Amino acid sequence: MKIKLLLAGLASALAITSAPVSAELLVPHLTYRTGPFAGNGIVFANGFYDYMTMLNERDGGIGGVKVNVEECETGYNAQKGVECYESTKGRNPLITIPNSTGITLQLIQKASVDQIPLLSAGYGLSAAAVGEKFPWIFNAPTTYWGQMSAILSYIGELEGGMDNLSGKKIGFIYLDAGYGREPLPLLETLSEQYGFEVLKIPVAGKEMQNQSSHWLTVRKEKPDWMIMWGWGAMNSTAIKAAAKIRFPMDRFIGNWWSSAHVDMKGHEELAKGYRGATFSANGDSFPALQDVIKLVVDPGKSQTTDKSTVGNVLYNRGVINAVLTAEAITIAQKNTGKTDITGADMRDAFEQIDMSEARLSELGLEGFMEPIKISCTEHSGSNPVIMTQWNGEDWVPSKAVPVLREIVIPELEAAADKYISDKPGWTTQTCS
Amino acid sequence: MFYREAGQFKTDYKSDSAVFPILQDRVGIAFMIFLALVVVPLYGWSSSSGEFFLNGIMIPFMIFALVTIGLNILMGYAGQLSLGTGAFTGVGAYACYKLITHFPELNLIVAVLMSGFFAAAVGIIFGLPSLRIKGLYLAVTTLAAQFFLEWLFIRWEWLYNYDPSGALIVPDITAFGIIIAGPSANAVVKYLVVTLIVIFMTWIASNVIRGRIGRSWMMIRDMDIAAELMGVRPLAAKLSAFAMSSFYCGVGGAMMVFFWLGAAEVESFDINHSFLFLFMVIIGGMGSLIGSFMGAAFIWVLPIIIKFLPATIGIEIYPSTVEHINLMIIGGLIVFFLAVEPNGLARLWQLAKEKLRVWPFPYA
Amino acid sequence: MELLHSIFIGPFADMFSDLSFLIQVLWEGFVQGTLYALIALGFVLIFKASGVFNFAQGIMVVFAVLALVGLYEAGVPAWLALILTIGIMGLLAIGIERVVLRPLVNQHDAILLMATIGLARFLSGAGQFIFGGENKAMITEELGLPTGSSEAEIFGGVVFFEHLDIAAVIIAGLLVAALAVFFSKTRIGRALRAVADDHQAALSVGISLNQIWAIVWFAAGIVALVTGIMWGARSDVSFALEIIALKALAVLIIGGFTSIPGAIIAGIIVGLVEKLFEIYWGSLLGGGVEAWFAYIVALIFLLFRPQGLFGEKIIERV
Repeated sequence: MKIKLLLAGLASALAITSAPVSAELLVPHLTYRTGPFAGNGIVFANGFYDYMTMLNERDGGIGGVKVNVEECETGYNAQKGVECYESTKGRNPLITIPNSTGITLQLIQKASVDQIPLLSAGYGLSAAAVGEKFPWIFNAPTTYWGQMSAILSYIGELEGGMDNLSGKKIGFIYLDAGYGREPLPLLETLSEQYGFEVLKIPVAGKEMQNQSSHWLTVRKEKPDWMIMWGWGAMNSTAIKAAAKIRFPMDRFIGNWWSSAHVDMKGHEELAKGYRGATFSANGDSFPALQDVIKLVVDPGKSQTTDKSTVGNVLYNRGVINAVLTAEAITIAQKNTGKTDITGADMRDAFEQIDMSEARLSELGLEGFMEPIKISCTEHSGSNPVIMTQWNGEDWVPSKAVPVLREIVIPELEAAADKYISDKPGWTTQTCS
Repeated sequence: MFYREAGQFKTDYKSDSAVFPILQDRVGIAFMIFLALVVVPLYGWSSSSGEFFLNGIMIPFMIFALVTIGLNILMGYAGQLSLGTGAFTGVGAYACYKLITHFPELNLIVAVLMSGFFAAAVGIIFGLPSLRIKGLYLAVTTLAAQFFLEWLFIRWEWLYNYDPSGALIVPDITAFGIIIAGPSANAVVKYLVVTLIVIFMTWIASNVIRGRIGRSWMMIRDMDIAAELMGVRPLAAKLSAFAMSSFYCGVGGAMMVFFWLGAAEVESFDINHSFLFLFMVIIGGMGSLIGSFMGAAFIWVLPIIIKFLPATIGIEIYPSTVEHINLMIIGGLIVFFLAVEPNGLARLWQLAKEKLRVWPFPYA
Repeated sequence: MELLHSIFIGPFADMFSDLSFLIQVLWEGFVQGTLYALIALGFVLIFKASGVFNFAQGIMVVFAVLALVGLYEAGVPAWLALILTIGIMGLLAIGIERVVLRPLVNQHDAILLMATIGLARFLSGAGQFIFGGENKAMITEELGLPTGSSEAEIFGGVVFFEHLDIAAVIIAGLLVAALAVFFSKTRIGRALRAVADDHQAALSVGISLNQIWAIVWFAAGIVALVTGIMWGARSDVSFALEIIALKALAVLIIGGFTSIPGAIIAGIIVGLVEKLFEIYWGSLLGGGVEAWFAYIVALIFLLFRPQGLFGEKIIERV
């Protein structure tokens, strides 16, 4: 049996190596179009894939070289994520996009060893924003911690000043996994600083669709605000359950994985007033997205079956990931003067990304997101967070709220130090 | 013709009761070990996709085989149904993590083996109900263990040293002067460590099963009342089965985190993994060690081959579709296997050997 | 002392200080329990007739609503989609009987259990393959289910009653009544009970086991569809529902594997106890105890009353 297995393994392994290694930019994309979170993963993956395909169709790739987006299905499962990573590792992949906090945690250490930069845009390990300690990890535009601070400062603003937060009770309902627990330390720091009380409500993955007791607790404890770190079916279940106990929707704020169009489906009216955080604009009115529709979606070159999903929150977030990746490729090509670049070139390029207004409009994405600047020290940039509100039909951006940098950045640095303290041989860098 | 014991005479009891009484079997097993310890690492070391072959296929296969042996001890030999295997592997993993972080100078291999004892202790506790109930009812108590432990792994922050992400993260760990675990460890080294542990523990298991303890398990399995009348103590037999089974699961879990994943959340020990190991036991064959390897290979490697096959032979198909088809094929094959050969691949292997003995003259 | 107070006195004081909230909790628990009972009912039907513990019941719930919503989204009117889905569940039942059950007659318990887990995998793949894996919104209004809610003033506080929840309870009641009538008054129902009592005796008086099995699986499929519609309307239609169905196992232990009234009463007990414990005691343990509490209750039951509340057969004791 082992022989048979070996042969089979050999066959598949050989076949992988013998795949044509022509000049192309290999961008592996770890997607989850299956499994319990597929509803969100599909839209996101489509955004990424379609934008890259559009670049291939319109410009013939980047710098004249085609981009090969190789999707690997993880089903949001960390073990499959590792398998996917290993399967492309040997073929000069330019980047790792894990699309799951769990997978990110597993790959963070491998990134520096294998010299492949890792882009976890707006998720993953917050501490990785400290570029000097995590040279290979990028989590622009903002970390979970930055986002949490922005949400709280938004609440403070709505309450009429941060001082008014004192004595308030803020509920935090989260998916009881690495992802949901991520912002807890910062939330505690902030609660000490501003004197509000935190009501923690963990939702186990299994109980995602069974939240009535969680919301009864909310009703019992009567928090002034609710913040949600949810994902997948947890979001819509939470919104329905909140409506059930008459929790005021405009005092309920979801993070950027809890405020997409899919989460509102089927209960658009109930959710009216619900607030969310995001980092991209809404809609498909941007020239680049029009190109995507014209060159990719309409001719049927993508997996997007429902054209109305183009331009919605998660789709555009996929596009942002693609834009950042493409931008890094462009810079790396410019830096090296070559078209076939490596992961190490990509890493250097990421630190030079400067998505200014001008650059965005050059790309046909004017106003698509807040300007992003990544540097050697700041791998997330702690950029402002766009707050939006659901009006019953669509997400309406209200304003961009800056991150409370003076609180978040020292916390990030302390966390980064703690992370590497027990890891001998950790690669760091010094920024001039 | 080739596989025949004709001419191999046993002259003493020792050789008659050897693990592999037939020469061809001994040669075969030696060849397997040679493959596992020499050919596979060499291929992994020399080939460009060797790292994927080792990290993505062989290491998990070896670890899963060990866990499957653990579950097989409980299910196949002692006849107790368990749905808590995933959680028991988790106990081993968390125990090993705590050992390594508290005693950094401890040798990792020692820590991995020690973590098995913690899993064994937990296994005994949740094995206690087996003294009163069995079958599906026992499955429920193990399911309770599964969900309770999953919850505990998240809620008891001490277990993961209060890391905000709640994950176990493995740094580089050195033993015998080389890095054997962590991100910078060489895949070949990791593979060799895992394989040696697995071979060693399989050897131990095969001897325990052939010995007094193993025979008492099988008596309990086949007919508990008769076993009791003949002087087998159900308490000792059942709890020792739970202990040994959990020990193997625990070691497997520790290896899973330290030599394969590198970082793990509770997700890696969830109920789906319990099912996965159950599949491996059933497909491989209950009550068979070689079957445990076959089952692990079948359930772990087949989906990978299906996953990468379309791309390699040039069929344009979306990965998500492949995943759906994968689920259908594996599910279908499980049902098919159960219908055609409920005793698993091990039974097929045995039948093949019996056929081979009389080949090419089956009627002679 | 403080600990004892927070375990034995505090929560009760909490309960009685806000009676209207307590009633709300009990109502939520009751509705939840009804849904658990429905899932457990699917298990019991199949276990009674074929001795199979059907692990695929959870995925059957998902599969059924996915088919329903998928058909609707494909442009089929809601009422027709409902009928077609019932048809699909019928075909599925026949298919399962042919492909899975028939070849596995007389096999060991564990083998049958495994077969249903395999079946669950297959259905999970097939469901996503055919209808797509994304979350779907339940077509609550299209099916004519009510959506509003009423408020009632009880004990000086307000208690909310979602119309959907009321409908869920009524529909569950009707379904159980219909099944009861079916089992006691019809020819097939009596044959079914005969099979449940003794396979061989049933065979010897000319009852076709295969036919009965297909019918039972079909009935379980319809129960799954109803459960799915209700659960989907309360949250969302997605594959995450599958795991919740495992709670039925705890319900079955408490109610007994073979008793339909047992499943219903135990379901409601689990729903109520779980809610009360989570809300009034859960915070002592950091919350989220709902995930395992039902199983621990089941464990305690196993130790003291292994046959469950209404189980007929005395469990094999060691």
